[in-house]
Amino acid sequence: MSPEVLALLAQSTGQTLYMVAVAAGLGTLAGLPLGVFLATSRAGEILAAPAANRVIGAVVNATRSTPFIILVVAIIPFTRLIAGTSIGTTAAIVPLTIAATPFIARIVESAIREVDPGLVEAARSMGATPLQIIVKVLVPEARPSIALGLTLAIVSLIGYSAMVGAVGGGGLGDLGIRYGYQRFMPDVMAAVVAILIVLVQAVQSIGDAIARRLDHRARKT
Amino acid sequence: MNVHSSFPNAAAVNAPVAATAQKAVVRLESVTKVFHPQGGAAPVTALDAVSLSVEAGSIVGIIGRSGAGKSTLVRLINGLELPTQGRVLVDDVDIARLTEADARLARRKIGMVFQHFNLLSSRTAADNVALPLEIAGLDRAAIRARVDDLLGLVGLAAARDRYPSELSGGQKQRVGIARALAARPSLLLCDEATSALDPETSAQILDLLARIRREIRLTIVVISHEMNVVKTIADRVAVLDRGRVVEQGPTFDIFAHPQHPTTQRFVGAVTGTILPDELRGAIRPEPAGDAKAVIRVTFSGPKAKEPILSRLAQVLDVDVNILAGRVESIAGQPYGTLVIAIPGDGVTRDAATSALSRIGLKWELLGYVA
Repeated sequence: MSPEVLALLAQSTGQTLYMVAVAAGLGTLAGLPLGVFLATSRAGEILAAPAANRVIGAVVNATRSTPFIILVVAIIPFTRLIAGTSIGTTAAIVPLTIAATPFIARIVESAIREVDPGLVEAARSMGATPLQIIVKVLVPEARPSIALGLTLAIVSLIGYSAMVGAVGGGGLGDLGIRYGYQRFMPDVMAAVVAILIVLVQAVQSIGDAIARRLDHRARKT
Repeated sequence: MNVHSSFPNAAAVNAPVAATAQKAVVRLESVTKVFHPQGGAAPVTALDAVSLSVEAGSIVGIIGRSGAGKSTLVRLINGLELPTQGRVLVDDVDIARLTEADARLARRKIGMVFQHFNLLSSRTAADNVALPLEIAGLDRAAIRARVDDLLGLVGLAAARDRYPSELSGGQKQRVGIARALAARPSLLLCDEATSALDPETSAQILDLLARIRREIRLTIVVISHEMNVVKTIADRVAVLDRGRVVEQGPTFDIFAHPQHPTTQRFVGAVTGTILPDELRGAIRPEPAGDAKAVIRVTFSGPKAKEPILSRLAQVLDVDVNILAGRVESIAGQPYGTLVIAIPGDGVTRDAATSALSRIGLKWELLGYVA
């Protein structure tokens, strides 16, 4: 492989890492409270607001059912508003974040719904406010599941990031399509796939390790 | 009572509701709770006109089978449920009239101990005990000092940094008790606190509760489906059956003279007044041939310390078969039951039973066996 191609691989890897990291960070920032709301606003829960729950739930479902490539082009005006431009790596972070947020919200929601209701009952009997229950009981107890869920979300984001070449986002997927496929350079394609495999493996291993460290529940052995 | 007392609450003391000398920490006034299940199913009456009073410093046992309304009762006392009818007063305050914020403050003064401990798996023993103090907004130094005191009190100082998954059931419940006591409650509610533990560990937990009651002024309500639990530590017992209090009174009286069938069943299970199955099936109401009379003798208090068996042999002057028997300690007093068989002919039987009465033993003719 020529030095130019190696440089391109390095640059694309950097772009993928940048897009995925920022989108995962912003997606978690938005998805965590959204997921907490989805879990605690159900009927009979501590912040019961069934109507609002249904509306937010419908919006989340709608976003999740839009194919990512369509989302990318459909929100170009919004992307321009936020990022100042609709093309380039930074601009690509906008659709990635919008795709990641409802995904992470659902992950957080299901992690919180797994928390033993007895713990909420205990906290309520201690006179905890709903906010205290969320901050001191629900989120800490859901942390191991949330960590695993976020790992899943990051792996999915790596996959989504391959599509942002459509708006000049760059990254490994874009490199594979333009060089490996369109210019008939199978070695580039192979290198791209290999790097992606290593990336996903690394993310999964780190995520598993973090979840294990956070998890103090009794293990079934 | 001195009506001209200068006590500021003299008027309240003389009010008709204050029938007891001691101050009531919890008072339920004909409380009814009806649940309306979703989906239009028939409403469920969990509690039906329940009146109950828990005096300051006492341990009250509430016993009932599952579904009798015990958990609803707990949730009414700590205000997590509101009564459909009637009033729940805790420290003379009607829980239903409090705002949500005031109800939360009131709940901090009521400690809860749970059957399944309900400890946070993400927190160490010390941090679990700290939770109610964090909720109450204490500063770190105060929390740390209080937590160390509490873990010492329950004998778990060495386990402060262990996670619940590294503790045994008994240790988890000790953490649960320390946590329940953290905010210095005046009332402790124990909801089936020993039901998930083995008998030996349960006994240790009950000892701990009794000791805590002696050491710090605390009122304890113990909810259980096991009479053994209530028998050892409760001063008073209320029996709950299908949402109604069918019987209540001092623990020893309830054990010695159970009136309601439900109470008799609970009491019988621990005092041995229930006969072995094969014997119960064989008992006939009328004598036939040379059938033997089956008599239950009960003895309590000082009587239980006397050499009953040799006395029986002396006064009865007949052959005595012992069919069943046990001696229990109830609320600190011994209580014994002995089921005996004696010759069933009228003369011998009447001589024997009048002899039993003469030495001051209670007896009951259960029937005749061949």
